[in-house]
Amino acid sequence: MIPELGHFSLVIAGALSLFAAVIGLSNTRNTLLQRSVVSMTVGQFALTLLSFSALVYAFATDDFSVAYVANNSNSLMPWYYKVSATWGGHEGSFLLWILIMSGWMLALTLRGQQYPASFFTKVLGIMALLNLGFICFSLFTSNPFIRLIPMTPADGADLNPLLQDFGLIVHPPLLYMGYVGLAVPFAFAVAGLLEGQVDSAWARWSRTWTNMAWAFLTAGITLGSWWAYYELGWGGWWFWDPVENASFMPWLAATALVHSLSVTEKRGTFKSWTLLLAITGFSFSLLGAFIVRSGVLTSVHSFAVDPERGMYILIFLALVVGGSLTLYALRAGQNSTQVAYNFLSREFFMLINNLILIVSLAVVLWGTMAPIGYEAITGGRISIGTPFFNKFFVPLGLLLAIALAILPLLNWKRTKIEALRPAATSLLVAAVFTVLIWFVLDPTSVVVASAVGLGAWVVLSHSADLFKRLRKGTTLPMAYVGMTLAHLGFSVCIIGIAITATQSEESDVRMAPQDSVMLASQRVTFLGVVEAQGPNYSAQQGVFLVEPESAGSYELRAEKRRYFAGNNVMTEAGIQAGLMADTYVSLGEPLADGAWAIRLHYKPLVRWVWLGALLMALGGVVAIFDRRYKSLRVRERKTPTNAATEAATKAAAAQAQV
Amino acid sequence: MSRASLFVPLGIFISILALGYVGFSLDARNQLPSALLGKPFPEFSATSLLRPDVKITKAELLGRPVLVNVWATWCPTCKSEHEQLMRIAATTDVLMVGVDYKDTPERAIQWLEQYGNPYDYVLDDRDGSLGIELGVYGAPETFLLNASGEVVYKRVGDINVRIWENELLPRFQALEIAMRGQSGAGR
Repeated sequence: MIPELGHFSLVIAGALSLFAAVIGLSNTRNTLLQRSVVSMTVGQFALTLLSFSALVYAFATDDFSVAYVANNSNSLMPWYYKVSATWGGHEGSFLLWILIMSGWMLALTLRGQQYPASFFTKVLGIMALLNLGFICFSLFTSNPFIRLIPMTPADGADLNPLLQDFGLIVHPPLLYMGYVGLAVPFAFAVAGLLEGQVDSAWARWSRTWTNMAWAFLTAGITLGSWWAYYELGWGGWWFWDPVENASFMPWLAATALVHSLSVTEKRGTFKSWTLLLAITGFSFSLLGAFIVRSGVLTSVHSFAVDPERGMYILIFLALVVGGSLTLYALRAGQNSTQVAYNFLSREFFMLINNLILIVSLAVVLWGTMAPIGYEAITGGRISIGTPFFNKFFVPLGLLLAIALAILPLLNWKRTKIEALRPAATSLLVAAVFTVLIWFVLDPTSVVVASAVGLGAWVVLSHSADLFKRLRKGTTLPMAYVGMTLAHLGFSVCIIGIAITATQSEESDVRMAPQDSVMLASQRVTFLGVVEAQGPNYSAQQGVFLVEPESAGSYELRAEKRRYFAGNNVMTEAGIQAGLMADTYVSLGEPLADGAWAIRLHYKPLVRWVWLGALLMALGGVVAIFDRRYKSLRVRERKTPTNAATEAATKAAAAQAQV
Repeated sequence: MSRASLFVPLGIFISILALGYVGFSLDARNQLPSALLGKPFPEFSATSLLRPDVKITKAELLGRPVLVNVWATWCPTCKSEHEQLMRIAATTDVLMVGVDYKDTPERAIQWLEQYGNPYDYVLDDRDGSLGIELGVYGAPETFLLNASGEVVYKRVGDINVRIWENELLPRFQALEIAMRGQSGAGR
């Protein structure tokens, strides 16, 4: 009964989104109709929430008559994995996608007062149209509510053990918040094109949403990488897997968009470029969905392959992206403005930043799609691996760092070279100093040295600018704080990547109980294997004693788990996490005489990669709280009380500083 | 920026889309990467699930088209394809062999009693060793063998009406025709 209720709610939500889309895009000026779109949006959210809750309920109560539950759950699983198993497979994760889409629409209605009514109605109409497409996809090709009657299994097949983990509880929802969140700037761009309003105000509206979606996407990707690190047992944190690329491509486009929007807001230029990026970002979200769910590319993450689903997404992609790009081609030229700027200006460096990001995007796209093209032409199979991506991403990342280091010293429009020189030279000296120190330590790795040096340069130039502002005694606008945080995060991230990629120690050894090996000046002793029992698995636990030279010793436990339901074997690495380095042990195969194959890793600064990325996400969120986004409503009402005028002036002042 | 250049993104998108479409129509991923395709089915000797005293070998599978279906009671997808297997058994004279993969024999026997037995032979592969020989990823998987015991088709995933009618049935009919032709020539 409950699953049918969920199914039915989803159908009604689909009907509501159809109405909302028709009315929203009908160009109506009737206030009552415009308001009805808002209420239908709220209704859609309530219904999809009901539908999703029904599925969660089916999981929580072990209703194995529902095929999707039977395929992804098991009565032995602890309750929190039963709940998170709701989005562990294709059908349920897509329902989560729809719920999140409706959630973003609901969030939009909360701020709806700030935007002109006809523009806002269009935005909601576009979002509703997209959501209609998603709901139809779920209902017609991936319905999670289908029953297995009368062949109801006694127990479920179990959730893929890889996914029975804290990482899975949070990773997909965060990532989807980001993916789907990019629909908001997309809808703003299309509505802007339809209404012919693409200006500074438009950019300011779009920025809050773009930042938010971007921050979620950043956090989601970071969590995924962390999860792969401790769960897959290979000790790596990024594999250039098609599914990782599918999340990285929208991230690159969204990062470019965040920057391009700031130029459009502050200087009223880069308009068509900003529009294009907004469309691109969401298109890559959809392309990612196509890649992950159609089986076009095989990957560790792939969901069950089904040609119908792939075809549906491909057609949907063609309509949405093709339609919006056609609109772009016809309309984007209409309100272009020429604003002059110098070589040494913030605009120019933003352009460079965007160019680097787009080239990176093209590289990832090529690396992801080329195997398909190759197969189509020659019929053979190739795989493009890490060396290809590294060849491009090392120089691109370094170039980006250079642009970033100079950025805080630049003004909009033009910068006097004298203003730049003292700061730049001193920073350059500091960077050279870092490089030299490194060079003495390890003269072979010039690339690492330059990555660390450039990272340090970014940190120094941003901190110098921060101190200069603090000395002046002005309050720092949140947008500035956010930008600084994000840029510091970027440098922390590239320092972490450079060090961990080159300075890690790894050894695969055969160890019998009481054997010891040295791993980066730590003595690791294998004490033996004990048996352990989990709720739905039994495990062999390897116990290790690690004795560093300086501080106290500690114990690490690595597990090899056998899950009852599917007889799957999983490794669970034992990790001693540290800000400066991780010690990582994973249990391989049992060998003769009680010995085991053991994989040991020592990974310096690996945490910096995620820490840096999280700082970036935090920066994106902090920037949203800038005053100028808040005071919008006050300004639009045009009934300036004293307080309101004051706030508006302050905001304007803050804006002038950034 | 000239007006024409605004169409560039659309052009790029259309080419990516075309590539995606081509890649998609290549598909066939559910049948292919089996190292066994076109090769003889491996020699084996396995215990019959329903008559544990009987050994079944590859010799039993020769002489006519065979459908080898890997299944288990712990696999819900097997449950959903079971009905279709029953229908195949009822409507064709293909020899159906079930491989009960990594399963508990008691449960498997109970399953066959409860839902019906579409198989001519059921092999007990409780330790999964035959599965390793067959390169099985999981259950369900299905192989179609010709009369001389070569694998002509492999499907990973369930056999539903669509797969049966579009993929398996035509191949099966072709095998039957080929077989009749051969035996005719022999006479």
